[in-house]
Amino acid sequence: MRLSYPTNIKVVKVPCTGRVDVLTMLKAFEAGADGIYVAGCLEGECHFLKGNLRARKRVNYLKTLLAELGIEPERAAIYNLSSAQGQRFAQIAEEMTGIVRALGPSPIRKHNAEETPAGAQA
Amino acid sequence: MIVGNRKSLEEILELVKPYKKILLLGCRECITVCAAGGEREVGVLASELKIARKKDGEEIEIKEFTLERQCDVEYIEQIKPFIDEYEAVVSMACGAGINYTADCFPKNIVLPAINTTFLGVTLEQGVWSERCQGCGECILHLTGGVCPVARCAKSLFNGPCGGSAKGVCEVDKDTDCAWQLIVDRLKAQGKLENYEKIIEIKDWSTSRDGGPRRRIREDLRITS
Repeated sequence: MRLSYPTNIKVVKVPCTGRVDVLTMLKAFEAGADGIYVAGCLEGECHFLKGNLRARKRVNYLKTLLAELGIEPERAAIYNLSSAQGQRFAQIAEEMTGIVRALGPSPIRKHNAEETPAGAQA
Repeated sequence: MIVGNRKSLEEILELVKPYKKILLLGCRECITVCAAGGEREVGVLASELKIARKKDGEEIEIKEFTLERQCDVEYIEQIKPFIDEYEAVVSMACGAGINYTADCFPKNIVLPAINTTFLGVTLEQGVWSERCQGCGECILHLTGGVCPVARCAKSLFNGPCGGSAKGVCEVDKDTDCAWQLIVDRLKAQGKLENYEKIIEIKDWSTSRDGGPRRRIREDLRITS
């Protein structure tokens, strides 16, 4: 397919999105990421039955923590797609990059200009 | 187990405002099981505090440390070698643990990150419910194992009251009427005659009315 997607996205591989913990995502923000998104399997198609459903709950919880911190909750998201949907993967990457770019750099980098912008994806 | 809730980030940030170097102290007992102050929650709070400080262009140094228990001096002593390197300790234990850590290190500032709420059980992953109020005189043998002190909103000893409707307490639609539970349980056990017995006025001196309580077993003491 030779699809391209924004180069600022760093992919973090996990065996299942059920492995993604709130702390894992929070650490990305702590390290200066402008946004993160979890790309899980389609709902109902988790090999481990509920991994992607649990990940969704955790992303929602992360959003409440971000709101408490005064960071836009839109900087975190979860998408569901199958491994055969390369096109959708590239599309989501563009979409999320657009959302985060519109929000601007993470408020935590405001005072730490020397840090390089980073994105993280699981 | 003892169940607690973490204080809001806003409140904790206010508590640690004057400090740049803190020791964040978790506990591996009850507060870990109720997902409020174990190693994971210590990690999350540390990360939140660092993000909040970075956002304001400030720094905070945090040492994350989780003790086996904060209610036994043998474990609390483990922080002795380094506690003085920190301006304050933020304890994520239950109230007992926070008290004892502060008692063991009276010169150090110990701040609470947890609101201790009740003695309870895990109904399901992520749901905890109150079961005991530590009144000091158990009557569960009379009530089919359902505590009217902890589970009846009015702590009635001869219920139910008029606020019980279809097995639900008037206080909250998600709260079962404890006396309905007691009657149902006794009926199922064929012990309904227990319900006929009037439970007499309770002597609350075994509860908080007698001030802070202590339990001593002389045969176990090694210091006297």
